[in-house]
Amino acid sequence: MLGRGIIKGLWETGRNFCGSYYDPARLTTVQYPEAKLAPWENARTVPFLVYDGKDAIAGLRCTACTICEQECPAHCIEIVKDTAKRADYLGKMQLQPKVFDIDAMVCMSCGICAEVCPFDSIKMDQVFDLAGGSRSMMLTLKELAKSNEYFRLIHPTEAAVVDAARAEEQRKAQAKKAAASPALPNAPATSPVSAAPARAATPAVA
Amino acid sequence: MNALDQIFVAAGRWMTGLAPAPLQPLVAMALAIAGLMAVFGTCFAVTTIFERKILGRMQNRLGPNRVGPFGLLQPMADGVKMLTKEDIVPFSADRVVHFLAPLALTVPVWLAFAVLPFGRNMSAIDLNAGILFFFAIGSASELAVFMAGWSSQNKYALLGAMRAIAQMISYEVPLVLATIPVLMAAGSLSLTDIVLAQSGTVMGVVPRWNVLTPWGLAGFALFMIAAAAESNRCPFDLPEGESELIAGFLTEYSGFKYALFFLGEYLGLFAVTALAVTLFLGGWQAPLPALEWFPSWGWFAVKFSALIFLFIWVRATLPRLRLDQLLSFAWKFLVPLALVNLFVAVGWWQSSAWHFPAALELRWLLGAGLLAVPYVWLGQALKSGKPVQHHYSYAE
Repeated sequence: MLGRGIIKGLWETGRNFCGSYYDPARLTTVQYPEAKLAPWENARTVPFLVYDGKDAIAGLRCTACTICEQECPAHCIEIVKDTAKRADYLGKMQLQPKVFDIDAMVCMSCGICAEVCPFDSIKMDQVFDLAGGSRSMMLTLKELAKSNEYFRLIHPTEAAVVDAARAEEQRKAQAKKAAASPALPNAPATSPVSAAPARAATPAVA
Repeated sequence: MNALDQIFVAAGRWMTGLAPAPLQPLVAMALAIAGLMAVFGTCFAVTTIFERKILGRMQNRLGPNRVGPFGLLQPMADGVKMLTKEDIVPFSADRVVHFLAPLALTVPVWLAFAVLPFGRNMSAIDLNAGILFFFAIGSASELAVFMAGWSSQNKYALLGAMRAIAQMISYEVPLVLATIPVLMAAGSLSLTDIVLAQSGTVMGVVPRWNVLTPWGLAGFALFMIAAAAESNRCPFDLPEGESELIAGFLTEYSGFKYALFFLGEYLGLFAVTALAVTLFLGGWQAPLPALEWFPSWGWFAVKFSALIFLFIWVRATLPRLRLDQLLSFAWKFLVPLALVNLFVAVGWWQSSAWHFPAALELRWLLGAGLLAVPYVWLGQALKSGKPVQHHYSYAE
């Protein structure tokens, strides 16, 4: 009969109207600036630099190899190498960046820098509400450096793989060193930050 | 009760009394105009925000909630935006007609409010042919819409205006046909008399409103459908059709002229809703004598708001019709049904002399059956119609 569909439709909208007042779960709107959706793991926006331990500069994994700078299709990364060297988590002496800038306005979030990084240093972040008043928004080392704990929080699966691999490498390096100098079996770890990946290895194995 | 009921009438009389005697008719007129404009202007603002809120809720959204508490100041923000926008007139437009069209739409709509009784003794003018005046004034909006569409020199505007004319003329017929039984029942063209004819109750509990008879119920439904089409409301908002015609005859309008069109459209809806309340829902009358402590204008406002809510509800539910569906719905369904309704109404009064047991039930059954059979039959005919075959001479 004519009009049955109209009655059905009216019933549905009427139910929505009443239901939306006593059942807030019906309302799908997230009121953005006040409330935000929880980011999902695969979200990747702009790059950031991972550091181990507490000190952002001392624990920085970046060795200023400039592979990311050369691979970046948008040329938004600028690295200036420092002259001083410091030991990395395996005890090898490595360079470190003096300047590490990423222009977030130019970055197109392709993630190539994170893919090519051999030191698991540059990773993709999840901040999405970036806005700038000019054509350029330079993120310096200070803003880019974020702790490994943060990386574990936003990309737990990837962080677990990285942590496990680094712990394994560290174990091998230590075993090699122990074999090379049996006189000193309890040599202190060369890196001041070696404790962090070792701790992280536990959840990764589990 | 009477003091509150007549508070606006008394206030108006008191304020008129303050003026010198020769000026008193002028002051009375100005007061009526100011009152109507204030009330329905506010009503327009309130409706825009609540319409958006209710539409949002019906689609499981929140609706506007940014400006002021709960978004209640949204109309102010909209108004500021509209008034500060640039008023663009297209280069090749007919400037005079383009300027006059929004005025030609809004002014007649305001005039239509003059004859509506909003409460006991509360109509600006009690014309003895009020309803004729209402429909005569109401059909002026078609001219305004066509002025807007033609003067814009824009194909979308012209197409929208043509659709609007076709729609408004088609739906004026069932709109008027649905009111005729009411006029016959009241025996008057005066809206005040029509309200008074619906006073009292049947058996002490059922109000003697027109909507509570078989012909009244059908007439009310027909009237509301035709009213939605007359005021370009969804699902009959083809003249605007923003998804297919950009915005129809509003395409080339911006700023305050657009706001005037918007205002005119909503005021047209209010006027025709107020007319529906007056004709079918007993106007300002309380449903039962026991409820007469509530002022008459309050009852009017309650019924009026309920019908506006119904319009919003329908808008949230139904998609837009196609033009051929729209016109065949008017001519093949509404008009025949309205004609049948006339005969049912006549039968209802002819049988009012029946005085045997269950006479009322039999009259209801007969009336409802006489309406239901053509309803089902016409509905099936509408549905079973062949799909429209388009023949293009040049665009094959």
